[in-house]
Order: sequence, then C-alpha cells, then structure tokens
Amino acid sequence: MDLPIFLIQILNSVQYGLLLFLVASGLTLIFGIMGVINLAHGSFYMLGAYAAFTLSSLTGNLFTAIALGVILAVAFGYALEWVFFSFLYKRDHLQQVLLTYGLILVFEELRSLAVGDDVHGVPVPASLSASIPLGSTMTYPLYNLFISAACLVVAALLFVLLRCTKLGMMIRAGAANREMVQSLGIDINFLFRVVFALGVALAAFAGMIAAPASSVYPGMGNQVLIICFVVVVIGGIGSVIGALVAALLIGFIDTFGKVFLADYSGILVYLLMAIVLVWRPEGLFRENAA
Amino acid sequence: MAGNDHGQQRRRIVQALGAAGALGAMGAAAPAFAQSTKLKVGFMLPYTGTYAALGRAIENGFKLYVSEQGGKLGGRELEYFTVDDESEPAKAPDNVNKLIKRDNVDVIVGTVHSGVQMAIVKAARDNNTLLIIPNAGVDEATGPLCAPNVFRVSFSNSQPGLAMGIVAALRGYKTAVTITWKYAAGEQSIGGFKETFEKGGGKVLKELYVPFPNVEFQALLTEIASIKPTCTYAFFAGGGAVKFVKDYAAAGLKDKVALLGPGFLTDGTLDAQGAAADGLLTTLHYADNLTTPRNTAFRLAYAKAYSSKADVYAVQGYDAAQLLGIGLRAVGGDIGQRPLLIRAMAAAEIDSPRGKITLSPSHNVVQDFYLRKVENGENKSIGLAAKALADPGRGCTMG
Repeated sequence: MDLPIFLIQILNSVQYGLLLFLVASGLTLIFGIMGVINLAHGSFYMLGAYAAFTLSSLTGNLFTAIALGVILAVAFGYALEWVFFSFLYKRDHLQQVLLTYGLILVFEELRSLAVGDDVHGVPVPASLSASIPLGSTMTYPLYNLFISAACLVVAALLFVLLRCTKLGMMIRAGAANREMVQSLGIDINFLFRVVFALGVALAAFAGMIAAPASSVYPGMGNQVLIICFVVVVIGGIGSVIGALVAALLIGFIDTFGKVFLADYSGILVYLLMAIVLVWRPEGLFRENAA
Repeated sequence: MAGNDHGQQRRRIVQALGAAGALGAMGAAAPAFAQSTKLKVGFMLPYTGTYAALGRAIENGFKLYVSEQGGKLGGRELEYFTVDDESEPAKAPDNVNKLIKRDNVDVIVGTVHSGVQMAIVKAARDNNTLLIIPNAGVDEATGPLCAPNVFRVSFSNSQPGLAMGIVAALRGYKTAVTITWKYAAGEQSIGGFKETFEKGGGKVLKELYVPFPNVEFQALLTEIASIKPTCTYAFFAGGGAVKFVKDYAAAGLKDKVALLGPGFLTDGTLDAQGAAADGLLTTLHYADNLTTPRNTAFRLAYAKAYSSKADVYAVQGYDAAQLLGIGLRAVGGDIGQRPLLIRAMAAAEIDSPRGKITLSPSHNVVQDFYLRKVENGENKSIGLAAKALADPGRGCTMG
C-alpha cells in the first residue's frame, strides 16, 4: 500500500467513524442517562432515512427536508417518551427490551404500509455533488466530506450542551442521582423527555444525512443498531466522548481490517469489543460520564 | 346462474379440447382421463418481508399459465396450499413440513431465499416430494443435493457469473477484481465468473469480500483504485446493490474500471441507483425489452390479469407451471406414475417468455443469457452473452 492510498484509507476510516458516532451518540444518551435499553434506536435511523426520501421528493430540497425531519423527530421522540417510555423507568430491563423490540416490528410494518418494501435512493444536492480527485484513479465525493463536517459540528454542539449549559448540568445530575435532582425542584420527567427527544433526533438526523450517500431500504436500521451497541459498550455507557473515540476506533479497525485481514473483517470489531470488556468492563470512558 | 352455466359449458369445451389435444399428442398410448381428485400444489414462498413482492410474482406467474390452460394441467384441476416462508431459514423445516405432512401436497413450488431452499430440498429428498424451484439459485440444490424429484426453472448462482466471464474475456478485459458479500450466493457467482474469465485468457487479480450484510464499501473501493484492474465483477442485491453502484460511481471508478455484474445488481434497483447505473453491463436470463412474440404476449396477459408489470420472477413462476404441465400431460394427470413423470419433465423443452429452455442432467435450467446495458432506467438487452448455458452441476451424481 503506497502513501496516497494509505492516506485515503485513513480518510475513509475517519469518515465511517464519525457517521457511526452520530448514530451512537443518541443511543448512549438514552441508555446512559435514562437507563433505557432502546432497541428501537436503529428504527429511528431507518425512519430518518425514509423521511429524507419522502420529504426531499416533496420539497425538492434535501436541506429543507432535513430541517423539517429534525423537527418531526423531536416531536415524535417527545411523544413516544410520554406515551411509552415514561412507564418503563421503574420496570426491569427485560420489559424495556420487549417494548422496544415490539416498536421495531411496528415501525417496520408502518414503513411497509406507508412507502412499501422497495429500495430507494436520495439524490445528492447539486451544490455538493462534486468530487475531488485523489490519486490517479480515484475521486472523493464532496458529500462524504460534508457528512464528516456535519458530524463534527454535532459532536461539538453536543459536548457544549452537556458541559457548558444549565440544561446539560441538569441532565448529568439526573443521570447521577435521579431522586436528588427531583428533590431540588427540577422536573425530571420533562428533563428525560427532552433527552429522549434529543436521542431520537440524533438517530433520525444521522439517517437523513446518510441517505444520499447510502441507500434507503427495509431493515437498514437493525444493521446499524448492532454496531451502535458495540460503540456504546466500548466507549462506556453514557459517555459522549467515549462514543466518539470508540466510533473512530471502529472506523479504523473496520476499514483496515477489510483491506489487510479480509477473511476476519467480520469479527474484528467484536474482537475489539471483547478485548475492551476484559480490560475495562465499564468501557473506555465510564467514570467521567458525559 | 346463466353466467355460471355458461362458464361450466365453456370449461367443458376447454376440457374436451385439452383431452383431444393430449390424445393427439400421445396417440392412444396414455389414457387421457380426467382424475376425480384435485392435484395439490403447495406454494412455499415469501409473502411477507423483503421478498414479498417476489413471492407474489411467482405465484401470479404460475397461476397465469394454469388459467391459460383452462384451469387444469394434464387434465387435473389444481388445489393450492400456501405457506409464507418469511425468508426465514430457522422456520423453514417446520414450514415445509406443514405442506408435506399436514396438507399432503403432490408438488411443492418454492422458494426465493437460498437458506430456506436448502431446508426445502432436504425435506423433498427425505419425503420424495416433487419440488420445482422457482427462484433460489443456491448451487447445491442441483449440485451435491440434486435428486430426481428436484427441478429448478430459474438459474443457479454460478450461471450469470459464467455468462459474464465469457463476455468480459471477449471484450478484451485483461484483469479483474471481484467483490461480493462473504456468503454462498456471492462466492458461487464469483466462482462462475472466474472460471470462464480465466479460461478466456483473463486474470482475476484479487477477490474482495465484505461481511454480509455490511454496506461499507469505501475501504475496498480504495483497494480497487490502487490495484487498477480493467474490470470489476460485483455481486450485490437490494439495498447493498444500490449503495455499491452509487459508491462506485462517486469514487470516480465507473469511467476507469468497467463495472460488471449479474442482473441482480441492477434489477428492481434502477430507480434508486439513478445515473450511477447508466451504461452498466449485467448478464441475466431475462431483459425488460425482449420483443419476441412469446414474451410480448406473456407480458400483455400478465398485465391484464394482475394490472402490474411482469418481471423475471413472474416468468420463473410461469415456467414452473409449464414444467409441471409437461410432466402431468405425459402421464395423463396421474401423478402416481412417478418415473414416467420425471422422465418427461427432465426431457422438457419449455417455450418460456425468456426463450427456449431445457434441463441439464442435474435438473437445472439450461438457458440463454442476455447481455444487458442500463439505459434510461431500463435493463436493455444488447445481445446474447451465452447460448444455452448450463451449470456444470458439480457434485451431482445423478444422470
């Protein structure tokens, strides 16, 4: 492997890692702060991608579609928490798994009824459809770089929100000690509803922004869900920084695994997870949550 | 009431015509009596999930041929049993037993998913049930697991690859890289391509694999760019096919390294692939623009009956019914005469909408493969890739 190709592969790794982070960050928030195992997280990703497909063909503009979609996702997440998840905090994890698994089936079926089982594509917006030549035979699509930039911006915003705002402080306090926060007069139910809505919006946003570079198809969420749980477990449950580091790590392992250890590339990521769990059962960034 | 009488009358006429036809064809040797009981046909197909549309197209195609024959095959009326296999291999043994043990069907028509197909083939072998495979391409079904009572009218996974290897070598491509998911269907397709491409003087430089059903191709596309072959042979389907074709174009490889594949790479996915698929070459046993009178008539009849466009799956279902019809006519509808029935089916020459097809000694379909080019969102045939191409049927000890 010569140097230019090696550098392109590093770019590929970072790009895949950042996208993984975007999906997994919502999962780690909901999982870490609310203690809810949300198997339906991948479905929100899928719904986001289908929303991008439907809304962008209705409005004719991907960015309008994404803006609309994020608003819808926040409202949807807020309502879901109210109707279903708010009853789950005091129940055990098995009931959470049952509910969220049920939601996967419901969402898939609703999707099938609403838009059918066909595979769809979302056109890349004209302003971002250019490619940058890299090396002699390859070009790099500008849209992929745009995805990476968007992921970085979201990561920074999330970090600022959790670290530097009052809301972030309340969220972190609520994660650490629910009763104490409640006794200080903070509406914990509202707080959790906001966190859940934020988590859903992050997953849906990831689905929407990835849709033009990827494709939109039934069952796409479940595939993402598994790798997201790996990210969350490696990074440390509830840690946004941990999710970022773990996602980038997986990006590198997956990319270079496919190139150098093709026969084992399917298991490398899970091997990494096993090693991290043996070494640090709490994940890489557990103790300093956020 | 009047309409009913009229219908019965017409059916009797058709019956009489059918009987006369059968008598004419076989002389006085086989008595063409109508059996009193109905022949039980069991559809084991996906009616829900990703492949639901394929299952329905196959059943529609099958029933279209039967209705063209006046609702009877070989003088026997048919009774249908259906089981939704959900494309779920884990449930397949139970599902196939519902048809064999509970419904006691005479013949099974199924299925689409290769994993489910393996279970059906095993059950059909164990119970000696007549089986016609209308889609799943898993090589083993007409390879190591071949059996006298197992027939396939669709394709084997190797076949489109074998056809494309011939085309690639003829076009003067010297080197190739192959890429697919690491699972049986992909590996068998690659195996077919490699066999004929290297026989024609080409060389496969590297076989790249992605874990199934992962769709992160960027790393391997970069690998292809660094190897710089003259062509890439790719096997993907559904969402993976859409993403691969788009990624390939976005990586700037499309104009520098020719992308080839089996028809599944661009079938049912062209709308989603858009301009990224333009000019792509694929091989399949069917194309959207075959203008033979046979195909035109078939597509018209299908559109009339189901108000939807016929596709390759509908053709395969239609031909499954044709094959069964040929067998049943040879025994005058008496499915008990198994050896005679099987001999007639194995020797069948079927006038398929895709062209004439026959069966190989391992009971896999022998057929022409079309070279197709994507133009204006359609898979247009631009000529024959291979004539009467047979799967070698490796591992089959029959015939």
